[in-house]
Amino acid sequence: MSEDLKILDEVTNSEYKWGFVSNIESDNAPKGLNEDIVRFISTKKNEPEWLLEWRLKAFRHWKTMTEPKWPNVSYPEIDFQDIIYYSAPKKKVSLNSLDELDPEIKATFDKLGISLEEQKRLAGVAVDAVIDSVSVKTTFRETLAELGIIFSSFSEAVHEHPELIKKYLGSVVPYTDNFYAALNSAVFSDGSFCYIPKGVRCPMELSTYFRINSAGTGQFERTLIIADEGATVSYLEGCTAPMRDENQLHAAVVEIVSHSDANVKYSTVQNWYPGDKDGKGGIYNFVTKRGICLGDRAKISWTQVETGSAITWKYPSVILKGNYSSGEFYSVAVTNNMQQADTGTKMIHIGKNTKSIIVSKGISCGRSQNSYRGLVRIGKNADHARNFSQCDSLLIGDKCGAHTFPYLEVANKSARVEHEATTSKVGEDQIFYCNQRGISTEDAVNLIVNGYCKEVFNQLPMEFAVEAQKLLAISLEGSVG
Amino acid sequence: MLSIKNLQASVEGRQILNGLHLEVKPGEVHAIMGPNGSGKSTLASVLAGREEYEVNGGQVTFLGQDLLELSPEDRARAGLFLAFQYPVEIPGVSNANFLKTAVNEVRKSRGLEPLDSKDFLKLMNEKMKLVEMDKSMTQRSVNEGFSGGEKKRNEIFQMAMLEPTLAILDETDSGLDIDALRIVSNGVNALRGKDRSFIVITHYQRLLDYIVPDFVHVLYKGRIVKSGTKALALELEEKGYDWIKEEVAVNA
Repeated sequence: MSEDLKILDEVTNSEYKWGFVSNIESDNAPKGLNEDIVRFISTKKNEPEWLLEWRLKAFRHWKTMTEPKWPNVSYPEIDFQDIIYYSAPKKKVSLNSLDELDPEIKATFDKLGISLEEQKRLAGVAVDAVIDSVSVKTTFRETLAELGIIFSSFSEAVHEHPELIKKYLGSVVPYTDNFYAALNSAVFSDGSFCYIPKGVRCPMELSTYFRINSAGTGQFERTLIIADEGATVSYLEGCTAPMRDENQLHAAVVEIVSHSDANVKYSTVQNWYPGDKDGKGGIYNFVTKRGICLGDRAKISWTQVETGSAITWKYPSVILKGNYSSGEFYSVAVTNNMQQADTGTKMIHIGKNTKSIIVSKGISCGRSQNSYRGLVRIGKNADHARNFSQCDSLLIGDKCGAHTFPYLEVANKSARVEHEATTSKVGEDQIFYCNQRGISTEDAVNLIVNGYCKEVFNQLPMEFAVEAQKLLAISLEGSVG
Repeated sequence: MLSIKNLQASVEGRQILNGLHLEVKPGEVHAIMGPNGSGKSTLASVLAGREEYEVNGGQVTFLGQDLLELSPEDRARAGLFLAFQYPVEIPGVSNANFLKTAVNEVRKSRGLEPLDSKDFLKLMNEKMKLVEMDKSMTQRSVNEGFSGGEKKRNEIFQMAMLEPTLAILDETDSGLDIDALRIVSNGVNALRGKDRSFIVITHYQRLLDYIVPDFVHVLYKGRIVKSGTKALALELEEKGYDWIKEEVAVNA
């Protein structure tokens, strides 16, 4: 093995930096899943009857379903009766200031570099921080409320705005949609809710941090974002999770509704624990994310940077129902060590003159497998629909795999669909060129990979782009640096 | 500053350098000429530390250090610069960003503070003039979509930015038209100084009209078989290499 390959090997075999456990007392449900557990969760959360009914319907439907086997990933059978479906930090207090926050929780955030007050002061970002299942702290809500913007935990929204939840919950991702969406609908713990009223431009980036924090706990987040006519919002979500030996299941659902002339930008940086370098432990991330452009000229844009999880199974999609509506998907997916990712998007063109853009950048290193799976469907009434897809794969080292599964279904002759795909390797000549200019191999790999991801990073909000680059660097170099 | 003694090197099991000797003192310009396959580019690659080349004998001392012990990046940081015969493209990485990383790495190794954006820009604007380079080039991805001439100019620009102690130009004149050759040569000449040395590898005497060397060496079968002044280059231009090959055969 040449020296460069050796260094690459070291670099791509590095360990997860952010694995630590905080000792917050949990209020757990017993292991396993049945109607009683669903009721337990609903009771714990003090939910109205209609929501319990909805959960139960989802649960009954879930029991008739089987796990999907089509993704290009492999993992041992999940025992759904061996999972704890509810866990909440015990100390429930309403906080007047951040000083009242549980010091353990605060320390957890500090380790992650997510200091709430710093976020508050510096970035002007309203943060709804979620540890496990209960919303711990919501900031900036009052400022937002003045504009009529609702940004709260899902549970609070259930009580405060039941009419909105009733109207939109499951309207984009029905509980019948797929196995994991059904499971989530039955047992979802909490999440975020966001409503931007007509004509309002949200003045700040809305942001939520998630973190799995109780051993053996499944986490089932539910996010619902609604932009009413002419509204604009940019929503950020970032995750990190502590080190675990057991595999943890994460099956979230995100629904976005964009009405006429509304614009929703959803950005996420995902860094769940990927497992150790032999593939032990790590999060299974089986997520359903979908948005609908309900009205004319509506817009939804997904930007994701995926570096974590042992297994990722995620296809943020857009249903382009309104005429002239548009959907975007920008993605960087990094897999290292034994990680497996099967990720991509679906663009469903229904309205006339709808357009979509897909830019996917896959990076595989170590012994990982990275698949892009994307569907572009042009319905028969979608006159003059347009799609452009670009799917690039970058390989680092020679033991990893990159795969591309593009599906095109075009039922309208006036549609224009373009697909470009490339596969490249970080070349030894590129690394040597950087070395010769005084740049170390590690920095060279970083530089090259960052260059490769530039189109996607350019889509991220400024402060997030910096975080994404930091994360990318950690995924690539880890403790070697 | 550079002392090469009895250097032997091979690539993919093929012996290319067979006991090469060369002494380069501060401020000197040495031209290395020779027929195809004589080992000129191998010499450049070995000095820069390219992985595929295996050194199987001899010593190279650079500024008192054992050069062969150093990693490629440490050689660069110590002040050795190679202008590539085929500069490499790095998509998505702007020339400016690339150079800022490189310049600050080199500064760091010398215990200097990194340049801030303002000072870096100033330095860049100043050095760009040396090779008559357009400002837009700094925002373009490293060598991506550059013409042959632009790539070579970019190499000399990088050299100007990094201010090496020893610069090796590996056939920098190949693929250049007369105008580009003049620009590149002017850039090199502007960087000549009493503390900076050059090894200029070329096939053509023409380049040496612009970059006038102190010494000219002929490399043949992995050894320097003849050394002289600029006059030697002119003689080679006129007579070719056959007479040298014959001389070597007679002496052998």
